[in-house]
Amino acid sequence: MNLWLIPIFPLLGFLANGLFGRRIPKALINVFAVGSVLLSFAWVVKTLLALDPIETKYIEHYFTWIQSGTLNIGVDFAVDRLTAIMLMVVTGVGALIHIYAVGYMEHEGGYYRFFAYLNLFMFFMLVLVLAQNYLLLFVGWEGVGLCSYLLIGFYFSEQFATTAGNKAFIVNRIGDFGFSLAVFLIIRQFGTLDFGKVFDAAKGLPAEGSAGILTTITLLLLVGATGKSAQIPLYVWLPDAMAGPTPVSALIHAATMVTAGVYMTARSAALFTKAPITMETVAVIGLATAFFAATIGLAQTDIKKVFAYSTVSQLGYMFLGVGVGAFSAGIFHLMTHAFFKALLFLGAGAVIHGLHGEQDLRQMGGLFKHMKITATTLLIASLAISGFPFLSAYYSKDAILVAAYAHAPWMYAVGVLTAGMTAFYVFRAWFMAFTGEYRGHAHPHESPLVMTGPLMILAVLSIFGGFIKVPHILEPMFGEGPENLGLELLSAGVGLLGIGIAYVFYVVKPGLADSFAKGAGGLYTLVYNKYFVDEAYDATVVEPLVEGSRTVLWRGIDAGLIDGTVNGVGTRSRGIGSILRLAQSGNIRSYAAWVVLGSIALLLAIGFAGDLR
Amino acid sequence: MPNALLNSPVPLSWYLILSAVLFGLGVAGFIFRRNIITVFMSIELMLNAVNLTFVTFSYQFKQVDGHIYSFFVMVVAAAEAAVGLAIILTVFKNRGTLMIDDVNSMKY
Repeated sequence: MNLWLIPIFPLLGFLANGLFGRRIPKALINVFAVGSVLLSFAWVVKTLLALDPIETKYIEHYFTWIQSGTLNIGVDFAVDRLTAIMLMVVTGVGALIHIYAVGYMEHEGGYYRFFAYLNLFMFFMLVLVLAQNYLLLFVGWEGVGLCSYLLIGFYFSEQFATTAGNKAFIVNRIGDFGFSLAVFLIIRQFGTLDFGKVFDAAKGLPAEGSAGILTTITLLLLVGATGKSAQIPLYVWLPDAMAGPTPVSALIHAATMVTAGVYMTARSAALFTKAPITMETVAVIGLATAFFAATIGLAQTDIKKVFAYSTVSQLGYMFLGVGVGAFSAGIFHLMTHAFFKALLFLGAGAVIHGLHGEQDLRQMGGLFKHMKITATTLLIASLAISGFPFLSAYYSKDAILVAAYAHAPWMYAVGVLTAGMTAFYVFRAWFMAFTGEYRGHAHPHESPLVMTGPLMILAVLSIFGGFIKVPHILEPMFGEGPENLGLELLSAGVGLLGIGIAYVFYVVKPGLADSFAKGAGGLYTLVYNKYFVDEAYDATVVEPLVEGSRTVLWRGIDAGLIDGTVNGVGTRSRGIGSILRLAQSGNIRSYAAWVVLGSIALLLAIGFAGDLR
Repeated sequence: MPNALLNSPVPLSWYLILSAVLFGLGVAGFIFRRNIITVFMSIELMLNAVNLTFVTFSYQFKQVDGHIYSFFVMVVAAAEAAVGLAIILTVFKNRGTLMIDDVNSMKY
């Protein structure tokens, strides 16, 4: 099947644009960048059609990468149903976003650089989902992190962009530290990193009632997932990551990369299901993230920040899903989320593009008549994320919530409340942008077809994505989840209620929101400032680290100990040398005398040594 | 018996003592004389004292090694004489002196 072709196309695109992009015309850059991803998508489709139905895992072994003792790590790609879904999402949505970016980035500097990074990202993401062992997955995992860093800091002349890039990279290091510890423990425990062997071995082990080795491994994997997928406590980098260009936010920080943690957890389901403590932790973290991120989203005024917190919140849903054991529901939501969240971001990008860079919702309003396609597609995406009946998230989110209800009813309750808030803040953003009077000063205009085309395709996917029955497709791997029509309708009703409240607050009585915010007082300030989490992290972690590095590591160890040792050796040598050099008198006869005395001493020494012997 | 004395071989130790005396003279000359030419001749004296030792042992043990070494030493001494005298000539040309203590600029 030549699975290796799938990631290699974007890599070639990266090389072509990265090496020659400066010298070739824009049209050719577009051909390389978009063409490589389209080829990759075509190859995915061809491969999946040829393999359909994928009853057993299809594995290709290329070469042995690391051979050390009994440890044997190969470069193997594999396709099963889970990978198939991820491949379709990554290459399909990825291709649409590449096309969109052609329009969005048209007037930006560093055009070729942008597409080179974007193609490199596609390469690593495809390696991540195709990998058949933990180390190769980790390669993709780190690679997408690198591309994320490069693209967040794309506008490198802006201080906030480079800072945001650094923040994303450093926060992810914390998660990746946990991930690599988990990989080491897996080697120690199972003697291999191959998915098939590890999971087969794990299936033979009993479920751990109390904390054991599997619990440790999965908790460390979870640390990695919280970093990459922006969960509490490591979610802080994702909202700042919106400093990158909007297509990047859509592709990397909404549709694909940030879902890698969910994918990895579902991939490691055989390990997680044996560790109930970890599963409970995953569910609680997911639920808490979903809830808190949603509350923060209620009060944001930057359109991209609203969607960023929405992404964090929706990722929380996915973790809730996998945490309560509904892996297929989590992946289902991952897929539909890729559709509607990519659409939300691309739509936001079209608005920003049409307003020449304005991102503040308070400077928008009444844009519906200026950009009808963007507004309509964004409306569809907003309805979809709100769980409007028969749109995509209605199915996927409810699959998660029903599973949560079967696990613990209070989780369902919090989840439904979050669904209501989700509907509210998304429609708040939509109403503020598209209804009422225009409050800004730019001249809004609709985006070109190259941008609205992908919007329309994604809108269709957002509407009908729910009919791709992912839980059914994944049933051989994870089993069928519970169904409960009553609960589904209840959460859909709460979603509609959220939309209704947003309508009242921002269309019927526009002043109501402000007076409500004033009434809430401290609570509003708290939410508006994102619970001061960044400030708290700064005070408790960042500042002590910086201060400790400065006083202890730099002034103490580096300048004091290391420089002191080196300089001390130099000073002592000079001191001793200044005495010894006096022997170098230039007087030949004194040298000769030294030689004679030395010879006599040597002879005497030999003589005495002979006596001693 | 004077005849016996004449016919008996010279004892080994006499050669060695002579050699040591010659070497001692060479060392003393090297250290205490100030004229470069004299110092140079002292070096030759030391070399030849060593040569004498070589030849003595070679004769005593009836082996040819010592002879060979002494030839090597002579060759080196000849070469050294050529180079050494050239250096001495140059020093004299440049500094107008043959006093070894005045040639001491190579120091700390």
